[in-house]
Amino acid sequence: MTHRTSVLALASAALLGATALGAQAATLRYANQGDLKSLDPYTLNETTANAHLGHVYEGLTKRGKDLAIEPGLAESWEILDDGKRWRFKLREGVTFQNGNPFTADDVLFSADRVRASGSNFQTRVPADATFVKIDDHTVDVVLQTPNPILNAQWDTWYIMDQEWAQEFGAEMPTPASAETPSHAALNANGTGPFSITVHEPGIRTVFTANPTWWDEPEHNLDEIVFTPIASDATRVAALLSGEVDVIEPVPVQDIERVRASDRADVLTGPELRTIFLGFDQDRDELLYSNVEGENPFKDVRVREAFMRAIDADLIRDRVMRGLSTPSALMIAPELFAHSDEFERPAYDPERARELLAEAGYPDGFEVGMDCPNDRYVNDEAICQGVVSMLARVGVTVNLNAQPKAQYFAKVLKSGGYDTSFYLLGWTPGTFDSHNVLNDLHGCRAEGSPRGETNLGGYCNEAVDELIEQILVESDEEKRNDLIKQAYEITTGEFAYVPLHQQALAWGVADGVELVQRADNQVLLYWARKGD
Amino acid sequence: MQNPAPANDLETEEKAAIDRQPSLLFRALDSDVVASFVRSKLTIAAAVVTVAFLLLAIFAGVVSPQNPFDPAELDLFNSRLPPIWADLGTAPYLLGTDEQGRDLFSAIAYGLRISLAVGFLGVLLAAGIGITLGLLAGYLGGIVDTVVMRVADVQLTFPAILIALLVDGVAKSVLGGQLDEGTILVVLVLAIGLSFWVQYARTVRGSVMVEKNKDYIAAAKLIGLPAPVIMARHVLPNVMGPVLVIATINLALAVITEATLSFLGSGMPETMPSLGTLIRIGNNYLFSGEWWIVAFPGIALAMLVLAINLLGDWLRDALNPKLR
Repeated sequence: MTHRTSVLALASAALLGATALGAQAATLRYANQGDLKSLDPYTLNETTANAHLGHVYEGLTKRGKDLAIEPGLAESWEILDDGKRWRFKLREGVTFQNGNPFTADDVLFSADRVRASGSNFQTRVPADATFVKIDDHTVDVVLQTPNPILNAQWDTWYIMDQEWAQEFGAEMPTPASAETPSHAALNANGTGPFSITVHEPGIRTVFTANPTWWDEPEHNLDEIVFTPIASDATRVAALLSGEVDVIEPVPVQDIERVRASDRADVLTGPELRTIFLGFDQDRDELLYSNVEGENPFKDVRVREAFMRAIDADLIRDRVMRGLSTPSALMIAPELFAHSDEFERPAYDPERARELLAEAGYPDGFEVGMDCPNDRYVNDEAICQGVVSMLARVGVTVNLNAQPKAQYFAKVLKSGGYDTSFYLLGWTPGTFDSHNVLNDLHGCRAEGSPRGETNLGGYCNEAVDELIEQILVESDEEKRNDLIKQAYEITTGEFAYVPLHQQALAWGVADGVELVQRADNQVLLYWARKGD
Repeated sequence: MQNPAPANDLETEEKAAIDRQPSLLFRALDSDVVASFVRSKLTIAAAVVTVAFLLLAIFAGVVSPQNPFDPAELDLFNSRLPPIWADLGTAPYLLGTDEQGRDLFSAIAYGLRISLAVGFLGVLLAAGIGITLGLLAGYLGGIVDTVVMRVADVQLTFPAILIALLVDGVAKSVLGGQLDEGTILVVLVLAIGLSFWVQYARTVRGSVMVEKNKDYIAAAKLIGLPAPVIMARHVLPNVMGPVLVIATINLALAVITEATLSFLGSGMPETMPSLGTLIRIGNNYLFSGEWWIVAFPGIALAMLVLAINLLGDWLRDALNPKLR
């Protein structure tokens, strides 16, 4: 080896070392079409918000890359007393980001807070469950009735620090409709792999790696900078120009364009979310309609007419550019074994007009529709398509499309279910039909464990009874049969108009590796950049 | 029977005397303003374009193959068709269709109607407020003058679009929730009117300060006319020249402001798009090859604003004796 080559080798070794260092000081820049409004983990049960906050907060359980339940803040758990008592062993040595230790008191506090008024996660924890502190790191959950899937959704029931919440007067959850944010809505103090160091709603949120995290990080990031970019074209431009590393979603019209670029690629896959339309079938008179003294949506013929007036195939072909699967059920086919036994009622505008006439609305009627415009893939375009399809059967729909912050504040429970007709998407938190039936189809009443996101107030006691049985039935065959019975009732009554399952589409810059989970949670604590 | 000849003769003579004078139309056509118009080919072109756009807006319902505001006439099946001269172009969609199957030519015609209506009404409101305040400030002077002009100064430090956004935001939070298209139109007109009045006020005030010291005003005061009458009947007509120029140029600005507000999402909704809303919709398809969705509304807006601006420039020169 000559002197010159050894110098060269040294220099390249130094260079390599420098790049390695550079790779370690990595900032991942991520843009989503919607904003992160509140940092309070109980404000909004929505996939994007849950994913954001999942970097900071943790639940007693977690879900892995394949969506399987794994231990989180609870190391282990066992079921006692025939399923009426669950014992959770909490992880020791875990601290919140402010330095406070994580103990059983925090779990008890979080259990009360998540069920308090203003929370959007009230059905996460059964109302009649009692939490008992056995010692600092053991908690028992005592139930009135057995619940074999008690912790199935606890990956997004994030545990908060009792002392921190009390210190800053944030004992009560921040409702989505809140005008003045509480301390917990503007700051976060979790146990997770990242902490939030900057939060400017509508501008950016900076997540900084938490050096005191109890687990070994899989990512190689120092910080994540999240920026909301509502405009489709701007978001794609930011990815293609290298301004951001990850975008969600890639607008369906631009997937080919991003694939063709040499700087970024698109990760696609089927999503477990069902996009659907819902009706207010609870009020005696609609809030936004020209029909007075009665509610047309109480009539099953009107609901069927809406179903038949909407051509889901056309929406798939034109609005979604082929990237959606029209759905007969309110759950993705991957999540229910008997899905193929249900068929979407055929598009039939003639029949729709007849049904409206039979129901006493031969000239149709007028109704207001609520629609988000930055939540789901092409949400506003879908709503406009629905408006024009309904116009052709004589129903005049006044579309109110707005950003999800305003939309959710209006239509959810905390906003008083202030809607007559709306578009919403739903991924069951348990990846199971029980959640779909319980949260979207169960009768809602004060203190009821059911119907939290049943914005239209659909109610059938037979379905409620089936939901109870499904919850405790452990034989899979029988359970599926009960689920099928429930869906037969709800689809027969046209409780909702399911539209489709959308496709996942994440834009990822070259050199960034991500794990894409089918529930569309963008979890960057599995991301690696530059290696 | 005898006709009353003398009276008749008198009438004929008077008539003849009137006939010998050039008619009002002829006098107008003979003026310097018209002469300068005819001399400038660019101005004629601008006028032709402006009139064409005005006609398109007024007769949108007649010339459009589709009513883009009626959702029943939109068919998703016809969405994203390219302009008629391209490969997949389909009649009657001259300029192609957007994501919802909305014919772009029709959408532009109807959108122009909204843009121009908001522009005209906004300018009228701004001119109304500005002229009134300017007259009062200039004629009355003193504390009225100070207050009005300081308010104007403060407002001048903000860009008009910011004021418009502010008015728009306040109106929406006061009225709350779901606004129908009519209310949004009123809010837009208010937003534009309240952000453009300053120029009128300042100009009118300056002209009034000059006029009010002239002899004919003194004479009017002497015969005991009340101040409001003097302001309206004697001062106002003499300060209208500059106002007309500002109004023309402001019309272009108002159209742009409306388009900006709609582009930012606080103007007309997508179900009843103005030019700005159409550009916002099209903006989402910039990368996907459907260039016509954003290009044609954009071209229409640019042409309209340019034409009105050229007309405004010409009017300013024609009415300014110093530039002749």
